[in-house]
Amino acid sequence: MVMFWVTLLSVSILLYVLLDGFDLGVGMLLGLTSSETRRRDMLAAVAPIWDGNETWLVVTAVILWGAFPGAYATLLPAFYLPLLVMLAGLILRGVAFEYRHKTQRLRWIWDWSFIGGSFAATFIQGLTVGALVEGLPMTNGQYVGGDFGWLSPFAALCGVGLCLGYALLGACWLVKKCEADVREAAYRLIPYLSAGLLVFLIVVFAYALAEDLQVMGRWMDRPYLFVFPVIGAMAAVVLAVSIQRHRDELPFPMVILIFLAAFATLAISFWPYMIPFVLTIDEAAAPQSSLAFMFWGEGLFVFPLMLLYTIISYSVFRGKVASMPQHY
Amino acid sequence: MDITALLLSRIQFAFTISFHIIFPAFTIGLAAWLTVLEALHLKTGRPTYRMLFDFWLKIFGVAFGLGVVSGVVMAFQFGTNWSVLSKMSGPIQGPLLSYETFTAFALEASFFGVLIFGRSRVPPWFYLFSTAMVALGTTLSAFWIMVNNSWMQVPVGYVVENGVFVPDDWTRIIFNSVVWVRFPHMLLGAYLTGAFCVAATGAWYLLRKIYHAEAKVMLAMGLGLAAVLVPVQLLFGHLTGRYVGKYQPSKMAAIEARWNDEKPASEVLIAWPDVENRRNLYAITLPPPFGSLIDSDSLTAGEVGLNSIPQENWPPILIPFFTFRIMVGCGLAMLALAWLGFYLSLKDRIERNRWLLWPVFLSFPLPFIAILTGWYTAEVGRQPWVVYGLLRTADAMTPFLTARAASISLLVFGAIYTFIFAFGIFYIYRLLRAGPVGGLIKPLARAVPNRPMSLADEDVNSETKYAGARV
Repeated sequence: MVMFWVTLLSVSILLYVLLDGFDLGVGMLLGLTSSETRRRDMLAAVAPIWDGNETWLVVTAVILWGAFPGAYATLLPAFYLPLLVMLAGLILRGVAFEYRHKTQRLRWIWDWSFIGGSFAATFIQGLTVGALVEGLPMTNGQYVGGDFGWLSPFAALCGVGLCLGYALLGACWLVKKCEADVREAAYRLIPYLSAGLLVFLIVVFAYALAEDLQVMGRWMDRPYLFVFPVIGAMAAVVLAVSIQRHRDELPFPMVILIFLAAFATLAISFWPYMIPFVLTIDEAAAPQSSLAFMFWGEGLFVFPLMLLYTIISYSVFRGKVASMPQHY
Repeated sequence: MDITALLLSRIQFAFTISFHIIFPAFTIGLAAWLTVLEALHLKTGRPTYRMLFDFWLKIFGVAFGLGVVSGVVMAFQFGTNWSVLSKMSGPIQGPLLSYETFTAFALEASFFGVLIFGRSRVPPWFYLFSTAMVALGTTLSAFWIMVNNSWMQVPVGYVVENGVFVPDDWTRIIFNSVVWVRFPHMLLGAYLTGAFCVAATGAWYLLRKIYHAEAKVMLAMGLGLAAVLVPVQLLFGHLTGRYVGKYQPSKMAAIEARWNDEKPASEVLIAWPDVENRRNLYAITLPPPFGSLIDSDSLTAGEVGLNSIPQENWPPILIPFFTFRIMVGCGLAMLALAWLGFYLSLKDRIERNRWLLWPVFLSFPLPFIAILTGWYTAEVGRQPWVVYGLLRTADAMTPFLTARAASISLLVFGAIYTFIFAFGIFYIYRLLRAGPVGGLIKPLARAVPNRPMSLADEDVNSETKYAGARV
């Protein structure tokens, strides 16, 4: 039961990162152009699906609460202020989708809400992961770091790194969904974003070695785990080739592969902890009666249905945006 | 623990959830009405239905968006501010809210995209299906929220192990009688909100002498639905009162401002409860046995007074007392409007009775006020408990939350919500004012108020619809 819910939690986090990742990325990239036509095309590439993407964040939060209340009740208050910033960002960008089309004069407010909100939400998500990797100040399972215990250069660096990562996902999505100048602009950006991401990964690795972070020990013990980073590196090579040959369909799945490799790397580093080196998965888990109740309904039946809705909505809106008969 | 942080957290929860509930209250009813319109349009082919659908869909879009973004906050706020609650009741509340997300949010979010952007990409039956799925999603969401809140009001089906509420009977948690009066009560409230907003819009257009055909459909459907549902709602309201009387005597005594045990009891209609001296000033009271009749359906039943409850277990008295009366007042006003208006609209005389169109037009805040005050009665009346009788609100807060962090978050939420609310209401107002064929920024060439209605127009319309709707 516990294993089932850990798996579902991981799948939800992964789906969230991949799906909302690209639309947050598109949100950040919106700041690079001021042309209304381009912005409209970029938004059209994510507008019908962003709400479904963001749902996976709520799914993650409620699985965490229902199946791992110990972790939910410890992590959320520890990240009180960062979560506030993330929620504020998500609120602003969420309403911007609707509001920007209701006005011409004040459209800039909503576009900048959208761009700023996307940056804020992404940065915080990266920062949170960074702070967890580095380790939160905890005593006897209680967070003792105060209002800013999560803040560190490493965490901030991870925030910047995720901004690069999501922007790369977003650019690849635009290559896949758009035509003409948006697609070209995205192609030009991808090398810079990839290079930035690579530099970030090297710096993180070097930092982790230098600081002798606890997670590094696990990697030194089990060198075969390096297969995941290697998969990521191979995906990066294919990505580079596909950019050169302008193969619109390839870059997005390759970046997904890179994210998958990174995710697996992180998951292995954390295992079997929910909050690294403080709270294990078993300690955080809800009682059996809660896990079973969730399993027999939402786990076994509703979760596949949710994947089905997601597939339906992506297949209804498949293809290039410009080929949509209604212009958005 | 920081007393200021506790107060700020309570204000923040009350504020964010009050803000949130406004939008689901509106969109649950609206989604059901959109499904009916789309079905009617598919069946009859009448362009008016399609026009009304497209028009209300735009308004639905704005309200739904506000509901979504303010709902995400709720999924985090239990953890950030109320970590003791989320740890202790997590094994029960967590699974219930996860069922909400799994069964409702994913459904709504995916099919909402089809609703707004997919008309030309899917066959008509699938479009109708998507509309129905969005409506189903909003209803399921309300259901799980009511199960969750009902457990906080009347906790059942649990045992306490290591200071944690462990569920041992999910059937009782979900299928207890409290859920099944409170869920219909909320759902009917949402349907009435939709009905009154639609009817009020119809009345507004008739007063302005525009969109005659659409306005009459809106008035007849809105008032007709309300005429049937308001009495049913009053019944469920009464049943909800019965559960309060049975399980939450302190809330009941506060609502009734009843200080002493009475058998049979009198009924205070209106008064100013003087809490310090434990008495009512300026009271207008119905003699016994009216109190017993209203609270217990009995001529002789005894009712508990506040004096026989220890004062540390009292809720605030004034808030439940007055919010309850405001809610009932709104309900009675809606009953009068719905019956009178529906009667006149059946007789096709409502247009000529402008004295009635004005109150119908101005009635749209009533259901919102009723829902908010109803929730205040339920939630403030539950105090000082967060889980009734088991866990005090004061003990449920995150122990290390500082007043500084809590005031920052309250300020940020206050500022952002005010900002997006002001614009949201303004945009909804402009959409409503413009009416079913009005473009918001650049009117379509043929979008004139007295547009001719023909099939050819209908075709042009479907081509340009999104240009008009979403530019």
